[in-house]
Amino acid sequence: MAFLFLIAYWAEKNSKSKWVNNPYIYALSLAVYCSAWTYYGSVGIASQSGISFLTIYLGPVISLPLWILVMRKIIRVSKQHKISSIADFISLRYGNNRFLGALVTVICVFAIVPYISLQLKAISETFEIITDETSYVSTTILDDSTFYIAVLLAIFVAFYGTQAADASQRRKGIMTTVAVESVFKLIFFLIAGIYVTFFLFDGTSDMYQKASQLDNFNQITAFNGVTSGFNWMFTIALSFFAIFLLPRQFHVAVVENDRERYLKKAIWMFPLYLFLFNVFVIFIAWAGNLSFEGNVNQDYYILLLPLQNNNIVLALLVFLGGFSAVISMVVVSTLALSTMVSNNLVIPYGFLDMFVKGDPEKNANYIKTIRRISIFSLIIIAYFFYVNFSYELSLYSIGLISFVIIAQLAPSFFIGLFWNRGSARAVKTGMSIGVLIVVYTLILPFVLNVLQGNNSFVEQGLFGVELLKPYALLGIDFLSPEAHSFFWSMFLNTSSFLIISLLSKGNYRERNYAEMFINSSNYANLQDGAFVWKGEAYVTDIRAMLKRFLGEYKTERALNLFNMKYDISKEEEMADARLINFSEKLLTGSIGSASARILIDSVVKEEPVSLIEVLNILEESKKTIAINKALKEQSNELTETTKQLKAANIELLEQDRIKDEFLDTVAHELKTPITSIKAASEVLTDDHEMPDELKTKFLNTIVSDADRLARLIHNILDLEKLSSGRDELEIQTNQIDKTIDKAIHGVSQIANKKNVAIHYQNGTRIYANYDEDRMLQVLTNLLSNALKFSEPENGEIMIQARQKQKTIEVTVQDNGKGIPAEDINYIFDKFYQAKHQNIKKPKGSGLGLAISKKIIESHRGKIWIDKKYNRGARFLFTIPRS
Amino acid sequence: MKKILIVDDEPNIVMSLEYTFKKKNFEVYIARDGGEALQIANTIVPDIVLLDIMMPNVDGYETLKQIRNNQNLNKTKIVFLSAKNKTADIEKGLQMGADKYLTKPFSIKKLVTEINELWN
Repeated sequence: MAFLFLIAYWAEKNSKSKWVNNPYIYALSLAVYCSAWTYYGSVGIASQSGISFLTIYLGPVISLPLWILVMRKIIRVSKQHKISSIADFISLRYGNNRFLGALVTVICVFAIVPYISLQLKAISETFEIITDETSYVSTTILDDSTFYIAVLLAIFVAFYGTQAADASQRRKGIMTTVAVESVFKLIFFLIAGIYVTFFLFDGTSDMYQKASQLDNFNQITAFNGVTSGFNWMFTIALSFFAIFLLPRQFHVAVVENDRERYLKKAIWMFPLYLFLFNVFVIFIAWAGNLSFEGNVNQDYYILLLPLQNNNIVLALLVFLGGFSAVISMVVVSTLALSTMVSNNLVIPYGFLDMFVKGDPEKNANYIKTIRRISIFSLIIIAYFFYVNFSYELSLYSIGLISFVIIAQLAPSFFIGLFWNRGSARAVKTGMSIGVLIVVYTLILPFVLNVLQGNNSFVEQGLFGVELLKPYALLGIDFLSPEAHSFFWSMFLNTSSFLIISLLSKGNYRERNYAEMFINSSNYANLQDGAFVWKGEAYVTDIRAMLKRFLGEYKTERALNLFNMKYDISKEEEMADARLINFSEKLLTGSIGSASARILIDSVVKEEPVSLIEVLNILEESKKTIAINKALKEQSNELTETTKQLKAANIELLEQDRIKDEFLDTVAHELKTPITSIKAASEVLTDDHEMPDELKTKFLNTIVSDADRLARLIHNILDLEKLSSGRDELEIQTNQIDKTIDKAIHGVSQIANKKNVAIHYQNGTRIYANYDEDRMLQVLTNLLSNALKFSEPENGEIMIQARQKQKTIEVTVQDNGKGIPAEDINYIFDKFYQAKHQNIKKPKGSGLGLAISKKIIESHRGKIWIDKKYNRGARFLFTIPRS
Repeated sequence: MKKILIVDDEPNIVMSLEYTFKKKNFEVYIARDGGEALQIANTIVPDIVLLDIMMPNVDGYETLKQIRNNQNLNKTKIVFLSAKNKTADIEKGLQMGADKYLTKPFSIKKLVTEINELWN
């Protein structure tokens, strides 16, 4: 026990740690399903009726794949509405009905308290076995150890289960403890199983042989016709429901669920856990049947076997495992039940008025106190039930009765999740009828049997009417009492639920919640807007109400968040549907949904809304959301398009500017020779006395400028052709050294005239694919540039071709003055003078390098200048060889 | 005899201008860029400067500014001769203090007429 407190304490302290927040804790906490019933009871059943004990685990396993669909929905809805128990869940689904919440609570208490007492019974009995007090009869409460265990458990739950007034908050301490206990009980059970199977016997086949000699072997390994088949079906169905509906399962699976994705781990881990737990059950049962002669309680074979073989340590471990199973079950059950009792029964039916008057701090304490008192009462009632009744029943049968009662919630729960017609009145009727049937067919016979000591009621029926025999209503007598009760109660419960739902329409509020539950994913976007409400309410009233329960600070924070979320002004006086719903949800965690609604109703003036209106409004808000979403998407797209357009525009403007600049420069370049030609012609025309010598000079100027003009036009057109891609290269395999020779030959005259040396080592033959005329153009241009900038007499030019892996690389370098740093980035631009608008650079068409670059690029090559070279200019280009 | 300074980096254009103004009895000086022009202008104090805009090193605008800032040269007339023919360019040139702005290719006859107008 101290260990439990320790774990819980640690987990609460480290509530952010990943040891506490992980899917494994979640999956293991689900194993709270395996109570003492599993731990001891399964063996008992297996020893009497063979493998039918498995059915109670098959149900959950079958249901698990459905979890992704159903459980996720339940969890989502519960989180949206801050639901803290199954009673809250069902009552909220049917229009936040106060009576329904109370009814579900009563049913659960009715079903679970005996179940808890059964767990206490297991502790007490195993304790007796361990301590060997076979003749023990508790005379007073005070010397019964079970009583003290019960009280300690109550303290544990009361302490760690009621730390926050908001019951929808997670209790990490308790859940971690439960998970740790799940590990304990499994490991100890497995150890016992292995011990029995492999140490007491020689493995499974040895056991099978020995067991098959027992008289009842066939009976316990085979199906027994129709009855057995029905019983199988019935228990599977029961356990299928139980895994969803048992308050403790709902609590661990839904209320304590931290992340939806944990479900994915749980749906394989939990079945695996159940499988491991059941592996050895049948062998322990056989072993027990072989070792004891029917004079002991079969439920406790697992404990008795080690004891018989004097293995006290193992027996103690087994006892501890069972103890763990009991503790976790009792803890979680009472926790879940106490929340229900306080939020759905005590507060809405008794204490609301008091809360309305009280101040916030007191209120929170009241709520906690009510819950703590509920916890103690539940455990004490269970204890007295155990003292007075449980001696008579086996673990298995009380467990089953409890499941049958709980199953009465199934129609309203499952059908309500998917069918929007289900109404509160139908649920109340169906559930009540179901429970009454169970009482009549299962509980009454048992109670009467205990009280009267005979079976006359069962054998003769009510007033001696055959058809009313409690175990065989209307003559159906081939089912086990539990299956029979289950059949009739479920049949009548479901059919009355369906019929009344179809005949009567629920009120608008029911329909509203039905829509929110059934289409939970649809309305998730609507959030508080999914709640339809019409009426008059003042924000100040609601604020005052919230403050009473949440305190000043929390209320202000919550309302600020609300205003921010929906963009509502702080000064807004009138409350709208969203605020009403939001406030209800805030209160639901603390005092349950029914009380929350009553409280809110007390400060608002609500106008009835017709069902049609509700549906219309919901449909509209759904549409609005969809439209808003579409609008938002469109607006995002528009923003994106605008951005692209802007970028494109900037790009266009830039290109436009470049083009303008280019045209300007072209115009300027063309005008220069034209100006000269025009001026010279004018002079010649006007002056008839000009000496011949001078005349010739002017005429030569005209000729050379006309040439210049022609060259310029040719280059411009050439560049334009290359840029537009209209130029088709004539690519052939050529020898680059030969092309270089030709280029050198072309400029040799100028070189000789300037007395500049061109060095070229014509060595290896390098072949490559290129257009030779174009290549010649590039080489000539580079060489002419080099010549232009080399000093006469001592200028030296070096040209070189090298073969690289996939390319050839050509270098042309000179020892001239080099290229000024500020120009180096622009020299491949056409008329790069343009960058410095009014400053002219040395002569040339200004297009040579631009054309060269285009040519190299159209060969898929690269041309660049070696910026590091500082003894002149060095140009390089590469082109692919093929 | 009036002094004329021709500033242009295109020798072929200069050739025609030089011939024309020598025949009209001007004292002709020639500069190939703005820097050279300013030097010459400072020493000879020309009556008129024919100024190209796009030139290497110091451009026409800069040259004009310097001349206009020089008190010694306050009587010097300046005529821009430029291929830049947009209205904005012309306005800019005149605003900066040029007396005339002629776009290339210009007519020599017109240039002579315009220059004569400067003194009448």
